[in-house]
Amino acid sequence: MTTESTKKTILLVDDDIDFLFQIKTYLEQQGYQVVTAEGQTEGEEKIKSLQPDLAILDLMMENVDAGFSLAYHIKKINPKIPVIIVTAVASETGLEFDASTDEERSWIKADALIAKPIRFEQLQNEINRLMEGE
Amino acid sequence: MITLRTLIVDDEPGMRLSVARVLRNHSVYLHDIDVEVSFEVDMAENGKEAMDKLTMMHPDIVLLDYKLPDMTGMDILHSITANETEMRVIMITAYASLETAVTAIKEGAFDFLAKPFTPIELKKVVDKATHHLLLARQVKQLAEEKRQVRFQFISVLGHELKSPLNAIEGYLNLMQAHTAGDNLADYDAMVDRSLVRIQGMRKMIADLLDLTRIESGQKKRELSKQDIADVINLSIEASQALAAERGIRIQLSTQGSCEMMCDPSEIEMIMNNLITNAVKYNKDNGEVNIRVRREEPYLVIEVQDTGIGLSKEDLDKLFKEFVRIKNAKTRNILGSGLGLTILDKLTKLYQGSISVQSVPDQGSTFTIKLKINSEEEVSEKIED
Repeated sequence: MTTESTKKTILLVDDDIDFLFQIKTYLEQQGYQVVTAEGQTEGEEKIKSLQPDLAILDLMMENVDAGFSLAYHIKKINPKIPVIIVTAVASETGLEFDASTDEERSWIKADALIAKPIRFEQLQNEINRLMEGE
Repeated sequence: MITLRTLIVDDEPGMRLSVARVLRNHSVYLHDIDVEVSFEVDMAENGKEAMDKLTMMHPDIVLLDYKLPDMTGMDILHSITANETEMRVIMITAYASLETAVTAIKEGAFDFLAKPFTPIELKKVVDKATHHLLLARQVKQLAEEKRQVRFQFISVLGHELKSPLNAIEGYLNLMQAHTAGDNLADYDAMVDRSLVRIQGMRKMIADLLDLTRIESGQKKRELSKQDIADVINLSIEASQALAAERGIRIQLSTQGSCEMMCDPSEIEMIMNNLITNAVKYNKDNGEVNIRVRREEPYLVIEVQDTGIGLSKEDLDKLFKEFVRIKNAKTRNILGSGLGLTILDKLTKLYQGSISVQSVPDQGSTFTIKLKINSEEEVSEKIED
């Protein structure tokens, strides 16, 4: 049984409150502690006083690339925090990018990209993969 | 300033040079599309050279001699009409042979010039071809822009309709997996949010149907003389329940006669949109003040709220389709993002306008001006 203190903390940032609600509910059930923010600005604010074990960021919030900016910001503070970016960009615009090679990861400051609508198991797999490295 | 490429095809050097000189020194102003046109000139002395230059330089206007040493102008014309629609060909006939001219036009030439011709005749024919060509291009460009706008609208619409479905599906998945345990009450918030998203989707579909009806011109307008204070009172009543829930007071004051020629269902749509916005974006216990006054030839309706207001950047995007101002204050307010687009189209039916003034955290005032005696014909123009 995990106690509050040993629970891993995930920072979840998205401007879609339904998405926040759903992912938070799912992750809490999986035993994580979840801190949410509704945009890049609030996310930057939260990261000042919080050391999450992982961050999940939506790409398009205040700006089309708010998720990238926030990822950059988080990595600058602590490059060890794994970052997952979720986005509906691929399915809506046909635009494709990935974070599966080192080169892609070097300009996209994220460790994984997941397309919306998100499948819970897929999210769980990515979280497991990225947290194992610690 | 536009420069059109012209190609002169003639085997007589004197003829080529004099036509070239006239066109190089010529320019024409087209009033209806507000553009000045000048001409760039190239020449060919036989059929083969003409064919080469046609494929290489893609001229806009071709002055084509019928009788060439190696082939006829008609042979060249055939190869052009087969693969060039953006070109105007003027056939030059050696003598006033009407038959040749008629055949050429039947085969796709724009016009003809019979030798000998004066510089004035030459300019006249070239000007006509220029006008024709540029108008056709403009029509084509407008059609393309319209197609683009339509395409963009549909792709945004697709996104806007998919987003509530994704949200509802997400909640259903969580409920199916019994994520919140066995206590049913723990699922209430998920059910509530799902219902809110369904309502939002329904509102969007209703707005979309309104918009389509206005734009298609299918809805028959029934104009009659109406006191629009009556129509406004109906709209106030319709929003009363929503307003009362949050202690918001709606008041109407009028100055002078409120009579105008209108279709009451349109005015109702306008007022419903304005008043529900003024209630939705208001503060609890706020006010909505509606003022109507006469400003010949317009009737001016102001709807003022004491709500959250809009920032300068928000104001700029406000009238775009599907734009909803997203911030912490608006996150629980339902809307399709189409209401103001509908308002804009409706006020245009009355040769009117809509404007907005706003101070963040103090409120917004939407002002619409409607012509008291608007002309019916405008409704037809709106259709395209």
